[in-house]
Amino acid sequence: MNPVNYLYLAALLFAIGASGVLVRRNAIVLFMSVELMLNACNLALVTFSRMHGNLDGQIVAFFTMVVAAAEVVVGLAIIVSFFRSRHSASVDDASLMKL
Amino acid sequence: MEALIGLLVGAPLLGAAVLLCGGRRLDRTGHWLGTALAAASFVIGLILFIDMLGREAEQRAMHQHLFSWIPVADFRADVAFQLDQLSMTFVLLITGVGTLIHLYSVGYMEHDERRRRFFGYLNLFLAAMLLLVLADNYLLLYFGWEGVGLASYLLIGFWQHKTSAATASKKAFLVNRVGDIGLAIAVMLMFTTFGTFTFGPVLESTGAAGEGKLTAIGLMLLLAACGKSAQVPLQSWLGDAMEGPTPVSALIHAATMVTAGIYLVVRSGAIFNASPDAQLVVVTVGAVTLLYGAIVGCAKDDIKKALAGSTMSQIGYMMLAAGLGPIGYAFAIMHLVTHGFFKAGLFLGAGSVMHGMNDDVDMRKYGGLRKYMPVTFVTFGLGYLAIIGFPGLSGFFSKDMIIEAAFAKGGAQGWILGSCALLGAAITAYYMTRVMILTFFGPERWSKEGPDARHPHESPKSMTIPMIVLAVGSVGAGFVFDLNESFVHWLEPVTALEHGHPPMSAMTITAGTVVALLIGVGTAWAQYGRRPVPVQAPRGSLLTRAARRDLLQDDFNHVVLVKPGEYLTRGLVYLDHKVVDGFVNGTAASFGGLSGRMRRVQNGFVRSYAVSMFGGAVLLLAATLLMRAV
Amino acid sequence: MSTTLAANALAATSTSTGEAVQFWVLGTVAVLGALGTILMRRAVHSALCLGGTMIILAVFYLANGAYFLGMVQIVVYTGAVMMLFLFVLMLVGVTAADTLRETIKGQRWLALLCCLGFAALLLGGIGNASVRGFTGLEEANAAGNVQGLARLIFTDYLFAFEITGALLVTAAVAAMVLTHRERIAGRVSQAEQSRQRVRENVHVPPLPAPGVYARHNAVDIPGLLPDGTPSELTINPTLRGRGQVRDVSGEAMAELAALEQRTEEHLGRDQDPADRTRNGRAGVRNGTAVNGSAKDGSAKDGSKPNADGPASDEPRDPDEPDETGADGGGQESKGQETDGSGEKEKAK
Repeated sequence: MNPVNYLYLAALLFAIGASGVLVRRNAIVLFMSVELMLNACNLALVTFSRMHGNLDGQIVAFFTMVVAAAEVVVGLAIIVSFFRSRHSASVDDASLMKL
Repeated sequence: MEALIGLLVGAPLLGAAVLLCGGRRLDRTGHWLGTALAAASFVIGLILFIDMLGREAEQRAMHQHLFSWIPVADFRADVAFQLDQLSMTFVLLITGVGTLIHLYSVGYMEHDERRRRFFGYLNLFLAAMLLLVLADNYLLLYFGWEGVGLASYLLIGFWQHKTSAATASKKAFLVNRVGDIGLAIAVMLMFTTFGTFTFGPVLESTGAAGEGKLTAIGLMLLLAACGKSAQVPLQSWLGDAMEGPTPVSALIHAATMVTAGIYLVVRSGAIFNASPDAQLVVVTVGAVTLLYGAIVGCAKDDIKKALAGSTMSQIGYMMLAAGLGPIGYAFAIMHLVTHGFFKAGLFLGAGSVMHGMNDDVDMRKYGGLRKYMPVTFVTFGLGYLAIIGFPGLSGFFSKDMIIEAAFAKGGAQGWILGSCALLGAAITAYYMTRVMILTFFGPERWSKEGPDARHPHESPKSMTIPMIVLAVGSVGAGFVFDLNESFVHWLEPVTALEHGHPPMSAMTITAGTVVALLIGVGTAWAQYGRRPVPVQAPRGSLLTRAARRDLLQDDFNHVVLVKPGEYLTRGLVYLDHKVVDGFVNGTAASFGGLSGRMRRVQNGFVRSYAVSMFGGAVLLLAATLLMRAV
Repeated sequence: MSTTLAANALAATSTSTGEAVQFWVLGTVAVLGALGTILMRRAVHSALCLGGTMIILAVFYLANGAYFLGMVQIVVYTGAVMMLFLFVLMLVGVTAADTLRETIKGQRWLALLCCLGFAALLLGGIGNASVRGFTGLEEANAAGNVQGLARLIFTDYLFAFEITGALLVTAAVAAMVLTHRERIAGRVSQAEQSRQRVRENVHVPPLPAPGVYARHNAVDIPGLLPDGTPSELTINPTLRGRGQVRDVSGEAMAELAALEQRTEEHLGRDQDPADRTRNGRAGVRNGTAVNGSAKDGSAKDGSKPNADGPASDEPRDPDEPDETGADGGGQESKGQETDGSGEKEKAK
């Protein structure tokens, strides 16, 4: 087996995550889908690292994790405060920007 | 001495400023202040005149440079005055007649609440006119020119509570604007041609410029002169300008305003000399206006309008003379000065008559006034004799010279112009006799009882004294000027005198003039002196009716200028509404509609935006892969 | 772990068979987990599926020689991040937003189209890349994976590392700021609350306990009023807000009806229809008499108070055990949907 298969898997996971972002209304599930996409990227990066024989890919994946963690913290905080004011976690309810 | 030149302008300007800004506290004394400053200007003029006489003919011109007005690289406009013989003549005329009119106005405007303002405007008028004749370059002249336009606007519309006066002032202003455009273009052309607009360099270097360009400048100057001097085709404002107080009419017709055009043409003589085509147009305009004004003057029953027609005609004479070139310039100015005397006298006389007749201007309701207003009668009569060219009086000399010069033009042109001038003299005699007879002779046609009762009486001293002075001037000026051709020689350094050679002897022409005069007087007497004059104007012939309407000038303007202008405007408005606005609004509407549709894409749902973002990413990816594949 | 080690030892064109087996098995599970994440209706299930996928990814990291990252993945992602998700889920609760019904027209089709296109393009792009062999990390990991990473992080990527540190601090502060709530009035004490109640003369005694007049006394089952409708006062507002109320009124009514029927059968009075109307509770008896089936009647009667009362705001998974039967469940879910939309209206 060639490690390229990991890339195929990463692409698949990424596409699934993207469709989750587009389809789900619950902000939390939406966030999970984003996490799934990030993880798919990480998998691809790790695989690249192996294919090229250096650790830079892993470093980038590491940073991605850190950024993702920060993003989750802020995102979930937003969800919580949104839920407090709206009693809803649906992203469709946050359509106030529309005229 | 040079320092005094500025004071000539400064005195009335100061008067205008003080009177217009001074407020009510000057209501009691303001008119005397204005008169005093006008008189001061006249005195300064006299001093300068005497000083000038004391010098050699070639040394008489004086300059005063006040300050640099617009110094921009090559473009240099100075506020500088030039006082030569021509300017001196005008200065004396303007300040002299102006002062008399001021004096007259003290009595005439006695009961007007806004007398102070009136005197402020009068002073402004004098200042602007003096600036015009004293300027040493065309730009400053233009400044004075516009000042005259402004002051005339203010004065003609002085009784602006009357709609007719407001309209008349507007008309005068607008028609003058047309002329002003001519002057503006002429000044610009001068600058591009000569690189300067100071009189000296411009007029000395006319040989350097092409004749076409000079003709263009000349025609533009003529247009300007036509506007100010009420020459055909820009004559229409003059009759309506009678809506102003009578002293204003006197001032406009005698000393200022209408003489500005003649001044401009004579001052720019070098340009016209170099362009025979422009000269031809000038004499044509002069001849046409001469007859035009005379015909209009014959038909008017309004005493002031009859005199206005007369002014137009007399200015036509001057224009004709000015168009004749060096043989005519001096005579044009001479006639201008004598005309200044007798026309001012006539207008003041008319004002005096109106003053005694409760401001009634219809001559058909006058008659037999000589018993009631002896002073007015005598002064008006002397003015009348002067204007018709009664031998020995001032009009005789000046008009005779012009007719002579017109014949001296030579060839068919000379004959035509001379005949026109002669015919004009006859008509002048006719309509002035008519005015005289209708006003002072015959039965008394005014109502002596009822609400329209008139009580003719002589005017106060402040009004009669100027009339007397002017009458003296109208009698004596011509004789003094003609003595040894003193006036012509006086002007010679400026206008470069040439003696014309008429095809017949001077005596013949003089005899012809006298004959024309007698014919005119006789006809008028036959028509109005022997038969009773109806109070209601008869229907009259076609020409009379046309002349009563100023020979249809307004109808002509209406049809030729106003109507097409209206249609053009309407068309443009329509175009603006339908095409321009349609395009703009259509664009706006289409954008609005498009936005309304596109707005639906913005449904506010995050996920919809995410889909479009993701779709864009997909397209980008596809494009990248495609590019790589290719 | 042994398989990954073995994979690392192998040559550069192909991985070990063990890793291949591991990939195909775990990869399938990972894809299933991912699909579960986006398809599960309850967020908790989604989170669990995602957790599974993440653990599998951690294994893949290990297999790819990223030992440090594999561990971090487990500790940080499945450990910390997913726990955070679950915490928030607990705070937010389960709401009507969990339904899978699409509200934006065409959204699902567009999303599907985009994702399929994207996946196709990615897979095609990777397939076109024609990767023959791979280098492997043996050399890079020679001094140890963690040491190698550390060397890179503290040399080449030092700056980025510091910045991510700053980012994390910022994120932490941001989370605190975002979720912080300023208390603008003092906390109301119990004494004040009781005084307030007396003053208003509303609910001076304590609220009725759940399960009063009901067969159950669980907190999520509302007490029934004498006419058989559930009382909303007996249910905790939090439970009601989450829709976690089990309404057993229908069941109770059905039992009551069955009891009456049995009584009537026992007394032998069912031949006289005129008598029946005299006896009160006409609706129930009518229903039983006309339909002849206790179950049907109870479903009909039970659905009525459900649709009216706010206590019926109860999401019910079809797969959950349904006391009132399939018919009642259908009715109730309809009621819940209308209530859900009403709630949205209020939020707007």
